[in-house]
Amino acid sequence: MTTKRIMIVAVGGQGNILAARIVGEAAAAAGITPRMSEFHGMAQRGGVVESMVLLGDGVGYCIADGEADILLGFEPSETIRAAKKCGAHSVIITNTAPQPPFTVATGQSRYPDIDSAMAKLAGRVNRLIALDATSLALRAGSSLSLNMVMLGALAGSGATDVAPDRFRAAMKNKTKAAFAGINLEAFDLGARAAGQG
Amino acid sequence: MHMLLKESPNEEKLLLGNEAIARGAMEAGVAFTAAYPGTPSSEIALQFFQISRESDLYFEYSANEKVALEVAAGAAMCGLRTMVTMKHVGVNVAADALITLAYTGVNGALVLVAADDPFMFSSQNEQDTRWYGKLSGLPILEPSTVAEAKEMTTYAFDLSESLKLPVILRTTTRINHSSGMVVFGPLRKRVTRGSFEKNPMSYVCIPAVSRDLHPKLLEKMARAAAMADESPWNRIEGDGPWGIVCNGVSYGYVSDAIKELGAADRFRVLRVGFSHPFPEKLTHRFLEMCEKVLVAEEGEPYLQEAVSSCAQGFGMMLPIHGKGEGLFSKLYEFDPTTVKRVIAAYFNLPFTLPASIRIDDLPEVPARPPNLCPGCPHRAAYVAVREVFGDEAIYPTDIGCYTLGLLPPLRMGDFLIAMGAGIGTAGGFARATGRKVVAFIGDSTFFHSGLSPLASAVYNNHDFMVVVLDNGTTGMTGHQPHPGVDLRHLNLERTPVSIEAAVKGLGVQKVLTVNPFKYRKTVEAVRELARHRGVSVLIAAAPCPLYERTLPHYRKRRPFQVNAAKCRDHKVCVSKAACPAFFVAEGKVGIDADRCTGCTFCAQICPENAILPAADKEVAR
Repeated sequence: MTTKRIMIVAVGGQGNILAARIVGEAAAAAGITPRMSEFHGMAQRGGVVESMVLLGDGVGYCIADGEADILLGFEPSETIRAAKKCGAHSVIITNTAPQPPFTVATGQSRYPDIDSAMAKLAGRVNRLIALDATSLALRAGSSLSLNMVMLGALAGSGATDVAPDRFRAAMKNKTKAAFAGINLEAFDLGARAAGQG
Repeated sequence: MHMLLKESPNEEKLLLGNEAIARGAMEAGVAFTAAYPGTPSSEIALQFFQISRESDLYFEYSANEKVALEVAAGAAMCGLRTMVTMKHVGVNVAADALITLAYTGVNGALVLVAADDPFMFSSQNEQDTRWYGKLSGLPILEPSTVAEAKEMTTYAFDLSESLKLPVILRTTTRINHSSGMVVFGPLRKRVTRGSFEKNPMSYVCIPAVSRDLHPKLLEKMARAAAMADESPWNRIEGDGPWGIVCNGVSYGYVSDAIKELGAADRFRVLRVGFSHPFPEKLTHRFLEMCEKVLVAEEGEPYLQEAVSSCAQGFGMMLPIHGKGEGLFSKLYEFDPTTVKRVIAAYFNLPFTLPASIRIDDLPEVPARPPNLCPGCPHRAAYVAVREVFGDEAIYPTDIGCYTLGLLPPLRMGDFLIAMGAGIGTAGGFARATGRKVVAFIGDSTFFHSGLSPLASAVYNNHDFMVVVLDNGTTGMTGHQPHPGVDLRHLNLERTPVSIEAAVKGLGVQKVLTVNPFKYRKTVEAVRELARHRGVSVLIAAAPCPLYERTLPHYRKRRPFQVNAAKCRDHKVCVSKAACPAFFVAEGKVGIDADRCTGCTFCAQICPENAILPAADKEVAR
C-alpha cells in the first residue's frame, strides 16, 4: 500500500491547520488523494493542535502510533510529545526553537532539554531534520511565517512525493496576497535548511 | 461569492467534513437553517451564516438547540427544506420537541445533524446519538467519509420529504473535522416561501390525535425499514466467509485493516450507512454467507444488538461479537491499530503491532492545558469572587470558556454537568448544606438554559448568588452571536435582549452589573450581594478579548510591564491571576508585551503598584 502518513503537531497560533491544508491541496494538485483530520484543543487558548494528513490509498482519516512516515513538529517539545507516532522508518522534521507552555513561564513545570532528546530521536528514526524555523521565519520577515518555513522543510526534505512547486502554488492560493513575498521567502529558507531547494 | 454557493458542477475540492455537509444541503435546495453552536458541529452553521448574508437562504443562531429545531419545524410544516445542526448533547435539549415532531411529521424536509464526539475532544460526555433513532422512530444516516457526508446530506432531504419525517444525519468528530476530496454536484433552487394548511387533528398532539399519529409513525418506520434494506448506503463488499459489520469512520479502519492484514479475500463487509430503521433483510442475507461476525462500531453496541437480534429472529446461531473483553471498547475513538488488532484476534490472523520508537527515556514534556486568554474578563471576575468567599463557597459552574476557571490557581468550579445546570443545581447545594453557593454561567449559556432555573429559584426562595460572566459572545465555539448580541457592525438588524432586564423581569430582587476589570468595585459588589438572602445576580460584563478585536470600535490598548524597582517579588499577580502574558525569568515576573492586552487587572491586585503601562519605546520593542 502506498500511503504517506504525515503527522503535524504545533501550538495554537502557529498555523498548523493552514499548513496541513496546503499539504492537502498540493498533493491533490499532484494527483495524490489527500485525507486529513485536525484537532484543535481550544487552540486559541494555548492548547496543542494536531493535524493528520494521509496521502494516497486508503479510507481512514487517522494515524496510529508507530505509523507516521513523517512527523512535522512546529515546536520541539511537541515533537517529543508526538514521538510515539514514529517508527524506525519515520522522518522527523522539527523546529528547534522552544515555545514553552505557560506553566513553564511561571515556574510550575520544567521545559525539557531539547538537544539531548533530539539526539536520542535522531538515532531511532530514519532521518531527523532539525532547524530553527522561528529564526528563519523572522529572517523571512514575520514570525507568523513559521508554518511556511516548516512546509518548505517538508518539501525540501523530499520525504513526500509532492514537488516543491506544488507546495508553492498551493501556498499562493491559500494565503493572503499581501504576505506572498514573506511566505515564499520563508518556504525557501525552510527548504534550503532541510537540504534541498 | 461563497465557495459553497458556486455552481461549479463536477469540480473536485478539498473540503472539511462540515463544509461538505453544508454543500450537500445547498445541493438539496435547503432554504431554512438554524443552529446553536457546539463542537464538532459549529462550522456547518458558520457556512450557513455566511451564505445567508449573500443569498436568500435563511439562517439563525437560535437561543438553544430545541428552539433551533422548533423554528425549523415550523418552516418544514409549511413545506420548506430545512436543516438544524447541533452537537450530540444538544439533541438532548431538542429531544422533547423532536420525539413528538416524529408523530406530526413534516411537510417539507427537516434534516437534523447530530455531531457525536467520541473521546470527548470538546464535550462533557460521549453519548451515542444513534439511540435517538429507536427513541423517536426517525431514520438515521451515518457517513463514513467526507465525500459521502455531502452525498448523504443531499439524500437525507429527499428521504425526509418522501417519508414526511425528520431525518437524523449522525456524524462523529472524525468526519466533521476531517477533510477530503468532494465532487460538487448541481445546486437545486431554493424554495423560500411555503404555505400552511391547517389540520389540527393531525398536528395538535393532544392524546386523541397522538393515538392516531403513533400508528402512522409506525407505518412510516416500516416504509423506512424497506428503504434501508434496499438503500445503496447499506452495502455488502467482498465475498469471504468472515463477516464484519461496521458504520461511520469504523468502515474506513476496517477497509484499510483487512487489506493491510493481507486477508481481504476472506472477509465480507456490511457497511451500514442507513442505520435506523435497521436493514434486517439485507443483514439476514449477509449473515447467511458468514461463518462468524465481528461488529466494529465506536460507542455503544447499537449495530451489535441489531445484528444479534436479526440473527435471533431468523433462528441463526453463528457467533456475533463486537464489544467486550479483548474486543472493542465502548470508550473513546477507534484508531487503525485498534481495529486491526481486534480483527486479527477475532479471526485468528497474524498481526504485529506497528513498532513505535522507544520513548520511555525521553524527557517528560509539560502539559499544555488550555487557559483563559490574556485579558479575559472571566479571570478578573473569578479572582474577585474568590477574594470574598475563598474555598468556603460551593461553585457550581457551566459550559463555556469560563469552565477553564476550574484550573489552578483560580479553582472556580466545583460541579459541572450540562448547559444551565449551574443555576439549577445551586439551589440543591444551598438547601442541602446551608453553605454559600455561587453559580457561574456565561451569557450565551444564560440565554440557552439559564432563564427557567433562575425563575424557579426565585419562586422557590432559594438562597444563592449567580454570576453571569457576560463577555458579549459565545466564546468557546468561535464567537457566534446569542440573543444579547448586537450585530449592527455586520449590517445585521437584531433586537438584543438585555440580561439585566431579563434577570429583573424574572423577579430577582438584587441585581448588580459591574465591569470585572474594575477590581475593587467588583469585590464590593460581590460583598454587597453576599449580604442578601435569596437569589442575587451579579452581571460581570466586559468583552471577550478575542471577539473584541473583530469589532469596529476596537483600539489596541497599551500593554503593561513590571517596574523592577518597585516589584518586591510577592508574585501575587502570578499566584492569583495567572495570566498567560506573565513569565518568570531569573526569579522576576515579567509581562510579554505581545500577549498583554492592557486590561489593567493585574495592575490592580499588585500590592506594590509595580505593574504599570509600558512606555512607548518598550511597546515598540
